[in-house]
Parts: sequence; structure tokens; C-alpha cells
Amino acid sequence: MSEERIQSEKMEIFLKGLWKDNPVFVMLLGMCPVLAVTNSVINAVVMGVATLAVLTLSNLLISSLRKLIPGQVRIATYILIIATFVTVADYAIKAASLEVHKALGAFISLIVVNCIILGRAEAFASKNSIGKSVLDGLGMGLGFTLALLLLGSVREILGNGSFAGIDLFGPNFQPLTLMILPGGAFFVLGSYLLLFNWFKHRKEKEQRELEAVTFYTGEATR
Amino acid sequence: MVTEQYWFIFLNATLINNFVLSSFLGICPFLGVSGKISTASRMGAAVAFVMLISSVSAYAIHQALVAVEAEYLQLISYIVVIASAVQLVEMVIKKFSPALFRALGIFLPLITTNCAILGLALFQTNRHYDFFQSLSFALGAGAGFTIALVIMAGIREELQLSSIPDVVKGAALTLMVAGILSMAFMGFAGLGGN
Repeated sequence: MSEERIQSEKMEIFLKGLWKDNPVFVMLLGMCPVLAVTNSVINAVVMGVATLAVLTLSNLLISSLRKLIPGQVRIATYILIIATFVTVADYAIKAASLEVHKALGAFISLIVVNCIILGRAEAFASKNSIGKSVLDGLGMGLGFTLALLLLGSVREILGNGSFAGIDLFGPNFQPLTLMILPGGAFFVLGSYLLLFNWFKHRKEKEQRELEAVTFYTGEATR
Repeated sequence: MVTEQYWFIFLNATLINNFVLSSFLGICPFLGVSGKISTASRMGAAVAFVMLISSVSAYAIHQALVAVEAEYLQLISYIVVIASAVQLVEMVIKKFSPALFRALGIFLPLITTNCAILGLALFQTNRHYDFFQSLSFALGAGAGFTIALVIMAGIREELQLSSIPDVVKGAALTLMVAGILSMAFMGFAGLGGN
């Protein structure tokens, strides 16, 4: 019984990053890379995976050192740990594909100042066990990658008529160039947020109507 | 000729490739502190000041790291310098204007994790700017950040008085406005005559 509960608690830590507490759509963290590198699917996915790796590794290290780090200098220590992993990721991407590294430019180094990573270190990894922190890192990282992928697909399909470099519509397609320009990034992210807000509002409205009905019937029987 | 080149770097960072609206640096404070013009302009000034300090320090650090062939330490040393610069600004503001200190709140220490500042340091290193080029780049970026923040705050102050549907309120509307602003700033392309 308790074994099962632990299992489901772990599942919840992992899943909440994907949907309920999605770092981009719900918590509005780490907007800069979300807007800047999503002009193509490949860039978006590489960026997402790099962030996922840095987030998981720094969560792992910070949570295993959490009893050794003195409270006053914790933020500085976290940033140093994160900067180390980002340097590793930067060199790894450069070794794997110089082309992608060029396309992402300074934004790989800028993972250091991504609020998601420092936020999770402060809010979760500094207080929880190693296993939970790794799960949290994986969940949040996947949620971030998912958001980048959603944005990248819309922008590449509409702005370039292709998906991950594969041509979709043939030569007669008239691309909506705005989508791969900076303005398009703001519009697409804004539309996604609108969609999320709309879902939330509809749910709240249903809830209110349900309450009103029970209240009304309750009055009638009395 | 030489002054023209500095002017172009300044103009480029301020308007043509505005840090916020076309390079997407510093989006968090852009969405977070752009509610009131007075707060926005002061935040802009604080960021511009930190930018100037960290640009000069980043230039010096880069020279030192190249001299000892330890460029892999670049990122770590930049972030440490920026964090110290922010700490300094925080102490100065707290001493001279406690009201402003309260108004900026959590966003003041968060300047450390403002990508605009680290981005500035990385860009000037990648583009091999010399000392005075770095200086005009930092001034331009600071001015551009402040302009974007103040324009946004002005629009949002007006929006408070208009009736908008509940669903659109908040970050979604701010992003849409930012998109339109970004399109408007695209009109500056070609300015400066290359």
C-alpha cells in the first residue's frame, strides 16, 4: 500500500512538469530561449534536450550537496554548478554538430540564466531527496522541450512549409514569413497562452455552474 | 569614419536589433516590470548601469583569459562578475532610494539572471569588439532595453483603462502587444545605411 503511494507520488512529481506546472505555458519561466530558438524544429529540440540535461544534472548535484551548502551563499553556489554543466553542454553540442551550434549561437551559454533551472534548484532540489530531484528535473525538462517543440512546429510549418527540414507542401506553398521573424514568436506564444487561458476559464465556469446548481437544488429541498 | 562606426553599433543595438524585441533577451523583466512607466524607466536605468559595468569587466576578463589560455572558464567568470555588479547596484539603490528598492522588489536581484546582461557580454566577445566598440554596444543595449520597457509600460497603462475580455488578460495580451511592437521595430532595418 505505502509502496504504491510512493510510486504514485513519484509519478506525480514527474508528470506535473509536463502539464499542470508546465514551465513555459503555466509558470511563464525561461521565455527568452523559447522565443529565440524556435524558428525551426531541430533548433527547438536541441535546445530543449540541452536544457533537460543541464536541469537534471544540476538538480542531481545540488540535491546531493544540499546539506553541505551554507544558506547565505547558496544562490552563488547553484549558479556556479549550473554554469559548469552549461559549459559541458556547450562543448558537447559544438563537438556533435557545428552547424546547430552556430544556429543556436549564444543561446546555449544563456541556459545559465534560464530561470527554470535556478528556480527548480531553489524551490525543489534544495529541499528534496536525490531521486525526487532527478525526477523533477526530467519532468520539467521534458515539459520545456514539449513547449519548444509545439512552438517550433507551428513556426516552421507556417513560416517555411517544412517540418524538421522535410518539405511538406511542395514548391507552390506561399510561406508566412512573419512566423520565422521575431514578431511571429511573440504571436505564436501569445496564442498558445490564450488557448491555455481559455481552457482554464471554461473549466472554472463549469465548476461555478455546478456549484450554483447544487446550491439551488439544496435550497429547493429545504 | 571611426565615430560613425561607434554610432552605428549604438544605433544597431538600440533600434535595429533591439535587445528585447528582436534578440529576445531580457523577456522576464520585460513581461514582469512593465506595468507602470515610472518603475519601468527606473528598472531600465538599473539594467543599463549593470550592463555598462559588466561590459567593461567582461572585456577585461576576456583579455585575461585569452592571455592564460583558459577560455573554457569564460562563462563561469562572466556570471560571477555580473552577480557582484548586481549586488553593488542593489546596495547603492537601497542606500539612496529605499522607495525605488521596494518598488523593484524581487526583480532587482533577478537582474543577475537577466539574459540581456550575460547575452551582451557573450555577444561582444563573439563579435571581437574592441574596448570602445564594447562600450558603445553596452550603452546602445541599455538604451534599447529601457526604450522597449517604457513603450510597453505606456501601452499597458492605457490598456488598464479599456475593457478587455477576461480570457485575454495577463501575459497573453502582453505577448501580442510585444509582437506588434516587434513588427514596428522591424521598420528600423536599413537605418544607419550599412
